[in-house]
Amino acid sequence: MHGLAFDIAHFLAGGMVVASFLLLYQSRLYALIRIFTLHSLLLALAVGWQAHIQSVPHLYITAGIALVFKAIIIPVALLRIVRQLGIHRALETVGGVGRDMLAGTGLVALAILVVLPVTATADALAREDLAFALAVVLLGLLLMVTRHNAVSLVIGFMSLENGLVLAATGARGMPLVVEISVAFSVLIALIVIGVFLFRIRERFDSVDMQAMDSFREERRR
Amino acid sequence: MNGADLALVAVTALLSVPTIAALVLMRVPDYRLGAKLNVGATFLCLLSAAALFQVRPEANLYLRVDDFNTYLIALNNFISFTTSLFSAGYIAHELESGRLSPLYLRFYHAMYQALLFAMNLALLANNIGLLWVAIELATLITVLMVGLYRTRAALEAAWKYFILGSLGIALALFGTTLVYVAAQPVIGQGLPAMAWDRLIARADAFDPALLNLAFVFFLLGYGTKAGLVPLHAWLPDAHAEGPTPISAVLSGLLLNVALYAVLRFKMLMSANSLALAPGPLMIGLGLLSLLFAGLMFYRRGDMKRLFAYSSIEHMGIMTFAFGMGGPLANFAGLLHMAMHSLTKSAIFFTVGHIAQVKGTQRISTIRGLTITHPALGWGLVAGVIAIAGMPPFGVFMSEFLVVSSTFVRQPWLALPLVLGLLLAFGTLLWRLHGVAFGQPDNAPFVPVRANTLATTVHLLLVLVAGFWLPVPLVDWLRHIAMLLN
Repeated sequence: MHGLAFDIAHFLAGGMVVASFLLLYQSRLYALIRIFTLHSLLLALAVGWQAHIQSVPHLYITAGIALVFKAIIIPVALLRIVRQLGIHRALETVGGVGRDMLAGTGLVALAILVVLPVTATADALAREDLAFALAVVLLGLLLMVTRHNAVSLVIGFMSLENGLVLAATGARGMPLVVEISVAFSVLIALIVIGVFLFRIRERFDSVDMQAMDSFREERRR
Repeated sequence: MNGADLALVAVTALLSVPTIAALVLMRVPDYRLGAKLNVGATFLCLLSAAALFQVRPEANLYLRVDDFNTYLIALNNFISFTTSLFSAGYIAHELESGRLSPLYLRFYHAMYQALLFAMNLALLANNIGLLWVAIELATLITVLMVGLYRTRAALEAAWKYFILGSLGIALALFGTTLVYVAAQPVIGQGLPAMAWDRLIARADAFDPALLNLAFVFFLLGYGTKAGLVPLHAWLPDAHAEGPTPISAVLSGLLLNVALYAVLRFKMLMSANSLALAPGPLMIGLGLLSLLFAGLMFYRRGDMKRLFAYSSIEHMGIMTFAFGMGGPLANFAGLLHMAMHSLTKSAIFFTVGHIAQVKGTQRISTIRGLTITHPALGWGLVAGVIAIAGMPPFGVFMSEFLVVSSTFVRQPWLALPLVLGLLLAFGTLLWRLHGVAFGQPDNAPFVPVRANTLATTVHLLLVLVAGFWLPVPLVDWLRHIAMLLN
């Protein structure tokens, strides 16, 4: 397992963690979407590589979905939404890049500390992949927590989901991965359609999710 | 037809009838016909569910029928059936008042059946991946249903539910992957390492640390779907803004399905002697939900929202009971699942009619219902008394069993439990007092065309369960309670 195959898998999964970090401090929506494209591209490569070294052809389908759907269709759709809603110039208030980066570093350390000891029996590739995947999941969560914009929220969720797919493909021979990635794609497509069709901006005057708190009963009076 | 064939037919029907019905209902333009077909399809499912008590098919790698899920499948399909009866009257009024168009009703009926399919699939699944896919499907469908009215509030509720629900689903998937990673060295690669019965047979050999980590993800993930505090934020909005039949199904059924998923993984944890005991975590979340919901009753202005918090309270009680474990507490938890589902859906039926009659869900504007609309008013009173846990209703019995088993096993835990129950009891009755018995306002009288059959049947069942449970049912529940241990 060690050698080039392992190194490349490691490199690609690590690349996804780095891309997750890049997502954390983007203040422009265009840049955020482009980095997400990179994130998905790395996922497609990582899954494709796993398909190759584990020689399980059906993972190529998952890689294909990641490539076509998440690295091409979704970013294009999001860019169009951003343009149509006229929020492409908007600068997002990113509260303290330093703070977020520090929190992110802490989460990655947490992921490694949690996963590596408990997977001592699993093979090296699976455990490293799992640690990286958990790091990507946690960074995605962090992104969702720190952003208030619907589009950033969606991107946070999708990067989180990329981490899940990475985990599922790293687990040797896990069945139903293709079905699960299809199910997830449907979910994401619906979220994106939701942003678009429900015209959150129109209904709520902004895509800022904090506006939604007005609905909570406690503040109505 | 012999037993094995019948069992196969029943399982196939539970999954295929809703699928076919969903496809057909999408193309039925007349809403009356649609409502009838909806009732017919759920009735067929109910018959199939009843058949599973007699015969059951062999478990395969995807589907499995055992005592535990038979019980919930029967409950699920029974309430789906009664809700479809209620829904037929409800939607006619929605159409007249112009809140929904015929096109939306077609969509509504198709989604109702699709939701039934997803819940049946989740309950029948023997495969943890399939279970996940089914619950994800149910989440998506309910999101669409919650946003059905497309008002600002409904869309907000749907969006919130969407984001939180997807997060829960995502966490649960990570847990699923971890269980597979734990199982794969023992069982080998491929589907068997995701089949629940194989997993539980070999769980003792799994890496306990991995299982612990997986359980945390499951509890957070499926716990979000079950509405446990602090992951409950979607629940009150979704219940308040969606169509009332969907509130009834969400509260009475989907929460149970999510709890069922948590319990399946709890069983897996218990089968491994070295893994963390899942009890304390569940007890903690359960108590938190119970106390939090009790406090939140106090200033609710919206009636459906009030009962949504009551659902959080009762999910807390169940989670607490299952966390306690032991034959008696498990028995009480199982009984409480059925009692809560029956009572809460009956309440939502009544509240749905009240909201239609009064044109509002605000508690402060609804006064003196027992005088103006006796059938609705007294139906609500009976429902609230039952859900607050007063004798002679069945909810009292199951709560009493939870409390007494807690006193025997962990006396000091009974203190916050009883406190939470009393708090919920008091605030709930106090909030509803004015609605039922206050001075009626001078609002023009709107006659009811409520179909109270479903409500009556539910409340009667709960009432009878308070006095007497049939012996076969008790034996059945006792057996599941042993399985859960």
